[in-house]
Amino acid sequence: MSVANKEILLELRGVKTFFPIRSGFFNKITDHVKAVNDIDLDIYRGETLGLVGESGCGKTTLGKSIIQLVHATDGTMMYDFGESGGGKKDLRKLSKEDEQMLHKRAQIVFQDPYSSLNPSFTIFQSLADPLRHFGVKDKEEQRKIIGDILEAVNMRREYMDRYPHEFSGGQRQRIGIARALCVNPEMVVCDEAVSALDVSIQAQVLNLLMKLKEERNLTYIFITHNLSVVEYISDRIAVMYLGKIVELADTEQIFDNTMHPYTEALLSAIPIVDPDHKHSRIVLEGDVPNPVRPPDGCLFHPRCKKCMEICKKERPKLIKHTVEGKDHFCACHLYDNGVAQKG
Amino acid sequence: MQQQAIITVKDLRTYFYSDKRCNKVLNGISFELYKGRTLCVVGESGCGKSVTASSIMQLLPKLSRIESGSITYHAPDGDIRIDLLERNGKEMRSLRGADIAMIFQDPMTALNPVYTIGYQIGENLKYHTTLDKEARRARTLELLTQMGISTPEKRIDQYPHEFSGGMRQRAMIAMAMSCNPKVLIADEPTTALDVTIQAQIFELMEKLKTEHDTAVMLITHDMGVVSELADDVAVMYMGNIVERGSVKEVLKHPAHPYTSALLRSIPVLHKGKNQNLQPIRGSTPDPYDRPKGCQFGPRCDFFCEKCNEMPPESPVCAGHSVRCWNADQVYGSVAKAGSESER
Repeated sequence: MSVANKEILLELRGVKTFFPIRSGFFNKITDHVKAVNDIDLDIYRGETLGLVGESGCGKTTLGKSIIQLVHATDGTMMYDFGESGGGKKDLRKLSKEDEQMLHKRAQIVFQDPYSSLNPSFTIFQSLADPLRHFGVKDKEEQRKIIGDILEAVNMRREYMDRYPHEFSGGQRQRIGIARALCVNPEMVVCDEAVSALDVSIQAQVLNLLMKLKEERNLTYIFITHNLSVVEYISDRIAVMYLGKIVELADTEQIFDNTMHPYTEALLSAIPIVDPDHKHSRIVLEGDVPNPVRPPDGCLFHPRCKKCMEICKKERPKLIKHTVEGKDHFCACHLYDNGVAQKG
Repeated sequence: MQQQAIITVKDLRTYFYSDKRCNKVLNGISFELYKGRTLCVVGESGCGKSVTASSIMQLLPKLSRIESGSITYHAPDGDIRIDLLERNGKEMRSLRGADIAMIFQDPMTALNPVYTIGYQIGENLKYHTTLDKEARRARTLELLTQMGISTPEKRIDQYPHEFSGGMRQRAMIAMAMSCNPKVLIADEPTTALDVTIQAQIFELMEKLKTEHDTAVMLITHDMGVVSELADDVAVMYMGNIVERGSVKEVLKHPAHPYTSALLRSIPVLHKGKNQNLQPIRGSTPDPYDRPKGCQFGPRCDFFCEKCNEMPPESPVCAGHSVRCWNADQVYGSVAKAGSESER
């Protein structure tokens, strides 16, 4: 899928989400956890954007900031509501009504299928809530819609009167997907939607997500730490490190022409199912730094094998390079003088 | 290569009891652990991987029992039948931690939050060696240095909450390796960790294995980990080892329908979108209401009349055995498909 002539659904500019740290007798704000730190990102209609990174890099916070479950502290997030919805609006400055409209259009699937469903509600009660909220008040109609959506996620209609404990993890995750889809959204944030599942079930849910995307022309923001999954499902991939995007390109680009040393290390660290292939791992030293006090200069420099003097002083910007005729964004001083084309 | 078995498990059956019901968690499994080799036990959640480990360690929960079968530890001075020892008797306690050590999945819950790391590592030395207090501290420092923890002099007096996830897991490994065990059982040691930290831990475990000639039993659900680390692999499904053999044999020529289906259902890195993920249909059965005969029968493509009876373990070729009536067909079909794709 080419991204070149696509319309932008969501435009993030300089988005920051900081969490205050309070301490002392008067609970004064002493510092901030810089969970999402200055992110520029365009999300195109109908694409699947993979957001990858290690735990604590801010991928979930970014996803939640978009859905307005967490409020960003700075930046603009222009969401295209289309002609009927009044064109582009900044998600940070929405009126009450507009926020409702956003929730109808953008939904989220949570990571843990066990804690994201209310155990004392039947599936029907859980799924009818959003419907009632968005104007479907008639019970018969609710049952019809929920039945249809359950069938769309390969479950039986009758299941809607059961309780969450009667389902397995894979089934619960499909209910979570059904709940996100029942208001007919155009964008779905999948926050580690398959990570808690067993491998044999994971493939079922992945294929289901791809099928639903085709049928309903959805836009996915797929948050995960599993690069093999993200490669399978995404059109584009953004690699995050300590609240910043370090590399952003088409999926094939990321895997074939890896630019950032962090992405390189991340890719080499993944075990591959191929007994003949004993590849050389790039083992990173140390841990991810504390996001309260990120290092000066390039955030990755204390762990980087290719660290130069400039990396310790100056923070690299996310710059657009052209590799083999395709856009490839990368934040690294290695490419300050352009990209050496591969022979 | 001469292979010396260090632990032999024969026809082990471990049952869990609850409220008049019985869960046959392990239903007759047999395998050996060899010196200086890694056996990976792989399977989905609930298949009995961890129970196998706790059976060997005699760490089973209260309402469970080893019904039949044997676990033999080939100690330098004669064989010891672990299953016959008293659970918390003197002999078992002298083995556990000294000769057979275990690394647990979640280092946060496995470490005691109110004792320092140094104390917890030293505790093992206190009970299993004759070292005095200073020698123990010196040994602990040495271990922490070996595990690649920077500034061990400072770290030794810190509490678990001051360590990051990767460092806690290293401290756990240091604890397990403190008495140079003959057998190391690692129960999903890296599941809670990021891939870059996982790579560090694996590097460490490989090093320890080659240096001390330890037999490693690694429990995992990640096929990638298996192909990177294992010498031998045992695939478990619902309390049975359905297939075992050398890692190359099993991953390249799976002879059990479950193994081959599992391999087809995981996305492989660097294959991108072109791979065809085939989920295993259905879900794992309720352990209290198991299918008759072969446990995989209801989900299997090769199901036939015969499968209502449990197939015996039969060899496919040297060092590769399988529990399936139709193993020849599965083995043949994959080999054929493989040779076709090569053409």
